[in-house]
Amino acid sequence: MLTTYLWLTIISMGVVTFIIRLSFIVAWGKFEMPPLLRRSLRYVPPAVLAAIILPELLRPNNSPLDLSWGNARWIAGLVAALLAWRTRNALLTILIGMIVFWVLQVMIKV
Amino acid sequence: MSPLNFDTEIFINRSSFFSGIRAQLPILLGVAPFGMIYGALARSAGLPPEIAQAMSSIVFAGSSQFIATTLFRESAPFIVIVLTTFVVNLRHALYSASLAPYVASLSLRWKLLVSYLLTDEGYAVGILRYRSLSSPSGRGAGGEETQHDYYLGSALALWTTWQLSTALGVFFGAQVPASWGLDFALPITFIAIMIPTLSDRPSALAAVVAAVVALAAHDLSYKLGLILAALSGITAGLIAEQFMSHRIETVEKVNGSQG
Repeated sequence: MLTTYLWLTIISMGVVTFIIRLSFIVAWGKFEMPPLLRRSLRYVPPAVLAAIILPELLRPNNSPLDLSWGNARWIAGLVAALLAWRTRNALLTILIGMIVFWVLQVMIKV
Repeated sequence: MSPLNFDTEIFINRSSFFSGIRAQLPILLGVAPFGMIYGALARSAGLPPEIAQAMSSIVFAGSSQFIATTLFRESAPFIVIVLTTFVVNLRHALYSASLAPYVASLSLRWKLLVSYLLTDEGYAVGILRYRSLSSPSGRGAGGEETQHDYYLGSALALWTTWQLSTALGVFFGAQVPASWGLDFALPITFIAIMIPTLSDRPSALAAVVAAVVALAAHDLSYKLGLILAALSGITAGLIAEQFMSHRIETVEKVNGSQG
């Protein structure tokens, strides 16, 4: 990857993020947040995260939909999701999810 | 606010600064591992160490850094990475709007610093203190306003932790062999973050619709599937919310007319 391109990208990411954070602080009293935007923001985290997670689990490396037992990713992901739901403990979820993934990978290869 | 000069606006009360740091400590324990995971993933995605580290300083927004790492790995183009960052970090506009009245009297330079340090965790800890502004606990021994010191203490503690944990991850991540499948920590981390956001039906629907569209549109060029899926999910959530509130109103009307 070209280093200049990488620098340009992360600086632009920083500028965009900074402008969002600064927006209402610097423009206090000049304009209000549109109600539709305010309501939309609630759905950004679930929508964006789901859109990243599912292809990572079910279509690794751009493969066709893989819901077989040979794909350790979606099984470990399902275990992690259940764990996150029951415990609400992020670190525990990550730890167990990774362990399940490693164990399944070894079993699948054997 | 003191009219004297820039420096007297903040850092007038050292003890508030330190109580801000203390308030952030339990959260730091949770943040540090994510910083390390990010650093390690950024390296395994092929980013040079200085870029991985600089992203933590320049962007300073965990979830968007994780997502950008995936996009870099898959060679997504510049505009898609920046646009995705915009969508993912748009929630900070809410924090900005919420803090705005409390920092309105600060000079522009301090506002710039407050904004740069505005994260989920920094906001969560800071806003509690700002809301107690009118109560005695919101003021220092001399009666001066100390909530800005408190915010900066907690936000700078977070900033420092994020930089250091990134550095650790960047350093040790390079030693982890690819066969360990460390990249799988990314979807797992996102699952841990996403599940608690599915607090009601519209949110759950937003996630399901986004997931289905993302799976179907995964072959779209330039990784545009992600943005398309996110926008579809958000729209679905809004429609569901509208529909449910209508239904509740109707039920209330029916009940009201019966009673």
